[in-house]
Amino acid sequence: MHYSVFSIISQAFKGQKDWKPVWRYPDPKAEYEILIIGGGGHGLSTAYYLAKNHGYTNIAVIEKNYLGSGSVGRNTTIVRSNYQEPGNIPFYEHSLKLWEGLEQDFNYNAMMSQRGVLNLYHSDSQRDDYARRGNAMMMHGVRADLLNREQVRDVVPFLDFDNARFPIHGGLMQWRGGTARHDAVAWGFARGADSRGVDILQNTEAKQIRVENGKVTGVETSRGFIKAKKVGIVAAGNTTRIAETAGLRLPIESYVLQAFVSEAIKPLIPCVVTFGAGHFYISQSDKGGLVFGASLDYYTSYAARGNLPGVEDTIEEAMAIMPSISRVKLLRHWGGIMDMSMDGSPIIDKTGIDGLYINCGWCYGGFKATPASGYCFAHLLATGESHPVATALKLNRFETGYVIDEAGTGAQPNLH
Amino acid sequence: MSQLHRLSSGGLIDRAKPLSFKFDGKTYQGFAGDTLASALLANDVQLVARSFKYHRPRGILTAGSEEPNALVELRQGARREPNVRATTAELYDGLIAQSQNRWPSLYFDFGAVNSLLSPFFAAGFYYKTFMWPTAFWEKVYEPLIRRAAGLGKPPVGDDPDTYEKAFAHCDLLVIGAGPAGLAAALAAGRSGARVILADEGPMLGGRLLSDRRIIGNQSGPDWVKATEAELASLPNVRIMPRTTIFGIYDHGVYGALERVNDHVATPPAHEPRQRAYRIYAKRAVLAAGAIERPHVFGNNDRPGVMLGLAMRSYINRYAVVPTKRVAIFTSSDEGYATAHDLIAAGASVQAIIDTRADATISAPNDIPHFKGARILRVLGNKQVQGVEIELKDGAIRILDCDGVAMSNGWNPAVHLTCHLGGRPVWDDKTNAFLPGNVPAGLSVAGAAQGHFGLKETLADGLRLGASIVDELGFKASGITTPDTDPESLAHTPLWRVKTSKGKCFVDFQHDVTDTDIELANREGFRSVEHMKRYTTLGMATDQGKTANISGLAILGEASGRKMAEVGTTIFRPPYTPVALGALAGHHVHKGFRPTRLTPSHQWAEEQGAVFMETGLWLRAQYFPKTKNESWLDAMIREVEITRSKVGVCDVSTLGKINLQGKDVGTFLDRVYTGTFSTLPVGKVRYGLMMREDGFVQDDGTTSRLSDNHWLMTTTTAGAGKVMAHLEFCHQVLWPELDIAFTSVTEQWAQYSIAGPHSRDVLIKLVDPQHGISNEAFPYMACGAITICNGIPARLFRISFSGEMAYEIGVSNRYGDALIRAIMDAGKEFGITPYGLEALSTMRIEKGHVAGSELNGQTTPRDLGLIKIVSQKKDCIGKHMSERPAMLAPDRPILVGLKPKNPKSKLTGGAHFLDKGAKPSLENDLGHMMSVAYSPMLKSWIGLGIVKRGRERIGETIRAVDFVRGTEFEVEICDPVFFDPEGVRIRG
Amino acid sequence: MRIPCPFCGPRDSQEFSFLGQAGLKRPDPNAPDAQMQFHDYVHIRDNKAGVTQELWLHANGCRSWIVVTRNTLTHEITGSEFASPQVKEAAQ
Repeated sequence: MHYSVFSIISQAFKGQKDWKPVWRYPDPKAEYEILIIGGGGHGLSTAYYLAKNHGYTNIAVIEKNYLGSGSVGRNTTIVRSNYQEPGNIPFYEHSLKLWEGLEQDFNYNAMMSQRGVLNLYHSDSQRDDYARRGNAMMMHGVRADLLNREQVRDVVPFLDFDNARFPIHGGLMQWRGGTARHDAVAWGFARGADSRGVDILQNTEAKQIRVENGKVTGVETSRGFIKAKKVGIVAAGNTTRIAETAGLRLPIESYVLQAFVSEAIKPLIPCVVTFGAGHFYISQSDKGGLVFGASLDYYTSYAARGNLPGVEDTIEEAMAIMPSISRVKLLRHWGGIMDMSMDGSPIIDKTGIDGLYINCGWCYGGFKATPASGYCFAHLLATGESHPVATALKLNRFETGYVIDEAGTGAQPNLH
Repeated sequence: MSQLHRLSSGGLIDRAKPLSFKFDGKTYQGFAGDTLASALLANDVQLVARSFKYHRPRGILTAGSEEPNALVELRQGARREPNVRATTAELYDGLIAQSQNRWPSLYFDFGAVNSLLSPFFAAGFYYKTFMWPTAFWEKVYEPLIRRAAGLGKPPVGDDPDTYEKAFAHCDLLVIGAGPAGLAAALAAGRSGARVILADEGPMLGGRLLSDRRIIGNQSGPDWVKATEAELASLPNVRIMPRTTIFGIYDHGVYGALERVNDHVATPPAHEPRQRAYRIYAKRAVLAAGAIERPHVFGNNDRPGVMLGLAMRSYINRYAVVPTKRVAIFTSSDEGYATAHDLIAAGASVQAIIDTRADATISAPNDIPHFKGARILRVLGNKQVQGVEIELKDGAIRILDCDGVAMSNGWNPAVHLTCHLGGRPVWDDKTNAFLPGNVPAGLSVAGAAQGHFGLKETLADGLRLGASIVDELGFKASGITTPDTDPESLAHTPLWRVKTSKGKCFVDFQHDVTDTDIELANREGFRSVEHMKRYTTLGMATDQGKTANISGLAILGEASGRKMAEVGTTIFRPPYTPVALGALAGHHVHKGFRPTRLTPSHQWAEEQGAVFMETGLWLRAQYFPKTKNESWLDAMIREVEITRSKVGVCDVSTLGKINLQGKDVGTFLDRVYTGTFSTLPVGKVRYGLMMREDGFVQDDGTTSRLSDNHWLMTTTTAGAGKVMAHLEFCHQVLWPELDIAFTSVTEQWAQYSIAGPHSRDVLIKLVDPQHGISNEAFPYMACGAITICNGIPARLFRISFSGEMAYEIGVSNRYGDALIRAIMDAGKEFGITPYGLEALSTMRIEKGHVAGSELNGQTTPRDLGLIKIVSQKKDCIGKHMSERPAMLAPDRPILVGLKPKNPKSKLTGGAHFLDKGAKPSLENDLGHMMSVAYSPMLKSWIGLGIVKRGRERIGETIRAVDFVRGTEFEVEICDPVFFDPEGVRIRG
Repeated sequence: MRIPCPFCGPRDSQEFSFLGQAGLKRPDPNAPDAQMQFHDYVHIRDNKAGVTQELWLHANGCRSWIVVTRNTLTHEITGSEFASPQVKEAAQ
């Protein structure tokens, strides 16, 4: 059902009675051409682009819980393409460009808000690091602005400019970055995929990938065996659990990342702000809550919840840049499972098994990648070739040494 | 007269302590023991807030922390705090509160126009609209939405109050001091076990303060008083009022917030406003009680509509009759208790409207009693002016009243049981979600477990308290459950009045109605999580404490599913919102992280040094001669003096690791790229360390002080990481090696004395028996010496500056004395102290790598240091540093860079392009890592990595800095700019 | 979380740092396929959902590397011991 000014007005007068379900609840077919494991943002966008760009209709997404139940619905909603490494820049910029036209494309308001992403720097050497990154972006035509202290003050005057332990020297701004309404992204892709004939099978858990003679034949699920010519794993934090059933071992560890939201207050923070002398990022939702997060809880985990040290560290970092929010109250904190790769960058690639493809290793950065991840994975699934903007995101790069380590912290996932 | 709704006697307030307070500029009176809500009600202030979306007038729904409506801004100026629940804010003299989310006034709020537009503003309306035209979202729609949303205003300025963090340990933590919690604490406390009893309120007693009950032969409050007195007499019991257990974390860690001074205007000197605890408890009892359920019917949000228990609480605890002509709307026998209490307080009960046709309980006196009836809607806008009811036979009646008391059964406060992933389970018998798989170590007692009767609750608490301490090895005794007065608990919830007229609110604060939930279901948002996220039910500041269960029931009804099938959403910590300041404690401003000062800090301060942060350290950046001397001029002066005469620099921040044992040499061979086992005693060697993935992690020098005694230095930034790495290598990889090591970074003050006169200065300090002539103590020599008449020291002939230089180390406590002694000794040679700027310039002139080059992305080969990777042995990272990508010929490699025009100010972070090449990732040749103005070359110089750089020495490329708007032609050169033969260093 | 340090007793997890999977054996550098083995050793992990053995460093304590047996689904800890057999022996 198309959303338009006309449909909105007419439904307002009909008591909203005629809206149709945004997706179906189909039964699984015996066989699909492509089966996507994982109905999160990336899985749904993969299905959407498979249908839209490549004309696939006989495909399905299986999701063990409700669609969008993973990280797409529990992140801090930041969208940006301010990367440093040549392997990442074209991919994330492609993603940002897709974001910029996404709502018109899938006819759903995901509240993409290009309010700017500001990375604060706190020393001369950090300024130079950020300049390096900004210049790398500019090499690819992605605009970045290096702001001095006074320019930062103009944007976010309420930060602690006078008494901070790590004084604010300036910031790197990407004005095109911003935030989006996370759930709506999943719902928009789901609705778009469903309307193009994709079966989204909720509450359907993948139990075992079936491989015969080195070739994928389908997936055992909680609703029976489903045959498929190709299978794509897009299972985020659970990637290795699924891949293991096909005998694959991956350079991935799963960690909990906590996210936080405060009580709603009137508008204070105009853009996304990150703290450079730690690892902290904050924005304010349209509803008024401050939405923020910091580093992982430092141990591997599949429990979608964190612990107090992580909570306190995060809030100390919040107070470090904006002590005026001491009286704002934390409303809720929760955790999600991150598929942390060994170099901090994602993997979109074939595997050694014919017909089995993986899309994983999103680390902290999965949400912003949602459109391009699906776009490129769909391209790979449909054509067998990496999309030109995703050629660096290879699985074998750890073997060859072509790693994409933005932070330079090495093969230690909890340090990225 | 003020306080028209105050009873002349009774209650737990202190009439001897009248308090004055202001709400929205008007002054009122209350008493000690009041909350802001009870005091407002005493003054017949019913309208206190506006709702989030429709800006509907709202009053006070509850008497506790579950309050969704009555949120206010408390205090003024820098102490102003948004979104404070009036129902838990304790009244103090001079309290000032304002209503929020309204303009221009609470009474007349323009935002209420949203109510008229509500046919458009159904759940999820924004997902379907605001998309046209594209550019309008950021410019028009979003600012409007943001301004309209958001409740209270953000605080402004620095918080004048302080917050603390604290830790506590106990055998048993009791959460909630109602009847169950008091009983559990008593049973456990008498056994001698360490008990912490925490309650969010200022008084113990919980529901016993709100209801008129008898325990044994005492009134509820008297029993509480007696129990509290006994608990207070037990030294092993700690009572923590005003303390909310906000979260449960792994392994018996409980997050708690103590509101130490929220109940006064300003905290006394040296006291925090709030204190956040981590409580480590072997076991815990959750006795958090239950929250009463509202009914869902037309205009159920009007001021004057209140929960039944809340109304009893205002009457019995606060001696306030919230409204004087009340209609009781009940699906539970509890409603009749409310009627009795109202009558006892002299109020009029206009009718009891019981939704149960088969209710067996009788109404007091001759109150109109309608069974099988329901309220269709509330009349009135800013105050209840009546209700329209539908009788069992379908007849419609209008009833005059100014208040409604709702009782629709209880939702056990199971929230904390969910914090570790537990899922509540629906129970048809109690019509409630009960704790499911609770966290290890936690037991649930009383109403939180669905045991709503008082006697049952007391028995629960006593039994659990006793059995838990028994399991912990204590002996509980003398526990008998007291008798209580009879009570009647029957109830059959009515999830909503389907035939209602007007908006029926489920989530009051977020303005979520029953039709919103139906719409969500109609659009396919059938999972509870989908419904919650689509409608925002339960996502307001109260986390849906009064709303969630009704919402689930309505979703179940709309989708034809039972409660058990629908399930619940997950309750997340914190139980009630916690001020961010409290969770940060003292870690604010300069106290955010510790500040490490070097041994010469005080002396440097006296010299007027300018300091800079390097990690946690503060280091001298430069020593300006005059106030106006710029960093650049100071640096040039410091370099010139050092290179021509002598300079001194505090290098104590470098990591220092003392290694001992017969296998240290072998160990170092494995962790360093070079060979160390062959290093003679009395010598120093430069070492490079890789991570196992083949990238450089750190560099430094290691000295062999004796056969089995070595000293390693690391970079300042790498000190901690290297130490952990070495411990890993020893304890995990090669535990068989006979070595032991410890960090001695803080134990040694170390200064670098550099320049042609460095030895001349040193000779004046070193005790004469130690020969330090060039022959006796050549480049890369080291040894233990004494200085200044017998003070033990270590001397190292090493140089980062490229000059003849020494590093001299003494025990940290001599650090200050030594810098002064060096400066004295150096005076005749014109010595200068130099800071990080000069240090950095000199090392760049010499092409030495440092932090910017050791960025975790470079290999020894990239840095031109392959010559110090021994090809004869393995070491950490060796194999991985030889992966194909690392050997690729076009991998960027370290070179020096000189601008064509020496005045061109090079910048770190600039990228390199060939002349004429267009900016693109393909054409990107590398980037500038470090830059400096070289006083020796009278030119800016830089170190950077350039693709095929070594093959291109002498060629000219462009250093392009888009973000700073500069572009210079630079010549690729050898990274060693100054004294490439290393003549000066050998003295 | 509380980690039972075999030397110090139970301590808040904040005192520790986490490395990852325990029991990985550093390959023989002279093996013919050493580079492949090192790749595996450095990058590939079991990432098990369930009971795992993992390395923690009691960084703000006794600075022992310890092997903790922990369930990654529930965070339940069922054991810990010194990583170094020599230390273990000495402690006994």
